[in-house]
Amino acid sequence: MTPITSAPSAIDARFAALRDSGKRALVAYITAGHPDPAGSVALMRGLQEAGVDILEVGVPFSDPLADGPVIQHSSQVAIAQGVNLVRTLELITEAALDIPVVLFSYLNPVMAGGDAILTRAREAGVSGILVTDMPVGSDPVREAWFGASGLDFVRLVAPTTPTERMAEIGRHGGGFVYLISRLGVTGERDSLAADLPETVARLRSATTLPICIGFGISTPEQARAAAALGDGVVVGSALVRAADESVDKAIALARSLRDAMDA
Amino acid sequence: MGTSDAVLAERTGDRFGGFGGRYVPETLVPALDALDAEFDAAMADPTFRAELDFMLREYVGRPTALSTAPRFSALIGAPVWLKREDLNHTGAHKINNTVGQAMLARRMGKRRIIAETGAGQHGVATATICARFGLECVVYMGEEDMRRQALNVFRMKLMGATVVPVTAGTRTLKDATSEAIRDWVTNVNDSHYIIGSVVGPAPYPRMVRDFQRVISREARAQMLERTGRLPKTVVACVGGGSNAMGAFADFVQDTEVELVGVEAAGEGLGTDRHSASLSRGTPGVLHGALSYLLQDESGQVHPAHSISAGLDYPGVGPEHAYLKDSGRAEYVSVTDEEALEGVSVLSRLEGIIPALETAHAVAWIVREKGRWASDEPVLLCVSGRGDKDVTTMAEHLLPTV
Repeated sequence: MTPITSAPSAIDARFAALRDSGKRALVAYITAGHPDPAGSVALMRGLQEAGVDILEVGVPFSDPLADGPVIQHSSQVAIAQGVNLVRTLELITEAALDIPVVLFSYLNPVMAGGDAILTRAREAGVSGILVTDMPVGSDPVREAWFGASGLDFVRLVAPTTPTERMAEIGRHGGGFVYLISRLGVTGERDSLAADLPETVARLRSATTLPICIGFGISTPEQARAAAALGDGVVVGSALVRAADESVDKAIALARSLRDAMDA
Repeated sequence: MGTSDAVLAERTGDRFGGFGGRYVPETLVPALDALDAEFDAAMADPTFRAELDFMLREYVGRPTALSTAPRFSALIGAPVWLKREDLNHTGAHKINNTVGQAMLARRMGKRRIIAETGAGQHGVATATICARFGLECVVYMGEEDMRRQALNVFRMKLMGATVVPVTAGTRTLKDATSEAIRDWVTNVNDSHYIIGSVVGPAPYPRMVRDFQRVISREARAQMLERTGRLPKTVVACVGGGSNAMGAFADFVQDTEVELVGVEAAGEGLGTDRHSASLSRGTPGVLHGALSYLLQDESGQVHPAHSISAGLDYPGVGPEHAYLKDSGRAEYVSVTDEEALEGVSVLSRLEGIIPALETAHAVAWIVREKGRWASDEPVLLCVSGRGDKDVTTMAEHLLPTV
């Protein structure tokens, strides 16, 4: 595997700007096509307006084994409305966002998309890609394909990841590193994991990429606490659950997260 | 270790040709690395091997018999030999694997066991060995399968296991497997996940194969002893493919032996209600491995169907994908209706009620009558007994008996 080196991307530029202003990144996850296709476009725009820095757009998949009940449900809702990877890219194009978009997917839908799909993703306005079930070293050929796509290849680090492997992940990733804050699947939790500061410190020693902390972060208080440890926070299930009720409710939550992080 | 190790070697490690691999959330990578190392260390440890042999002999009841099937053979026109995995403790081949993996879990100091189950046979085999070893046991089972296999749910509970109903997706084996993986991601530090088939991320496919390989190790020796020759054909049903991989493994080197895996054609390969991943699927990633998969053009996994809950799975073990593409094994399929006929045939002619899964392999032999000369032996892996399926069988077969 060749380490990834490239010109500064939209994601790199966003982190540089955040550093200059002394702020932390608010990364929001939504599932494409949830609560419905038009609603998800409105949600993307509304989240940008609410001060989200980077938007992760989930590609609905039938078997999301890293996700908890909330995101599983949103995927099923989106699939039932015919939303797949190609439709996801159309929705992203339609939203015409200024903030960077990271495509968040399981490997299978991307494989099924064929050789040209990553080029199509770039043309649709996507800046980065995160593949939940393709850890570093699992598939050098396909990892090289992602690495050479011109998209930032955002990689995941878990609390179980040894420090040497963190360094390996950093060398083969781009944009930022997504630090999974605790063992388990996506979903809201009452508190941050006790070992999170230590994990962040290990990761900091292993890579210079910005660190965004996700999994289980749902409230403004948790977002502020996690933001203090890393360079950004990722909020997913809480927003998706809010969007189950209404798009406006999800946007309002994003605004309160932003306020808490900037306070 | 037998001579076939050299042949199998090119297929060990992460991949079988281009298939297999380890497509999992990052959280599980260190646990899979540790499991991989522990498995190799255990299999190289004479004490572990001796205890495994002891457990298989004293607890499981191995070696299982190789039975003649005189009346069935007369029907087929060739000698059919039955490898009697139905005679194992708990009534199926599944326990060969759960004993080995539970011993590994103990070796790793993990006291909590997770498993998924479809028909319930793997769940029962896991609950069984957990009771024997005093391990906590949590089994994920689709709600639909719990209805179809109520008796097995009771068995698991009787032995102290917790059975968790899975209500997501199709409420069958596919979703139970996803839920078991979610549990493992959450509790990876103190839990071991016992996968029931030759599926999942490396090292599971080769590990489960090696624990099931006792089937062909025994059968090959028994065939040579009883008939002085190797079988012309080895036949086994394939869902995820563990009994088939176990039945094939020690014959892979014997290139004159045909290996035939029988998939579930459900209501027919022309319909969208079947489980024939190898016959009708395309390469894709599910549950941590790249293999043949039933999926739509946008990569959504297509629900499988089979009258047999144990074959009702849209994926298949990656080594089978390799054996198919390399031409070493042939994969065929049999419908629900033919499988029910297979149940009747073996029950009536031999006094052996096979599991619905096994009945697929029986039915293929019936269909291929005339394929074998009168001196060409056929080896059929009787993967399990049919007691668990009598309700389903009665629904369909009562009018005919």
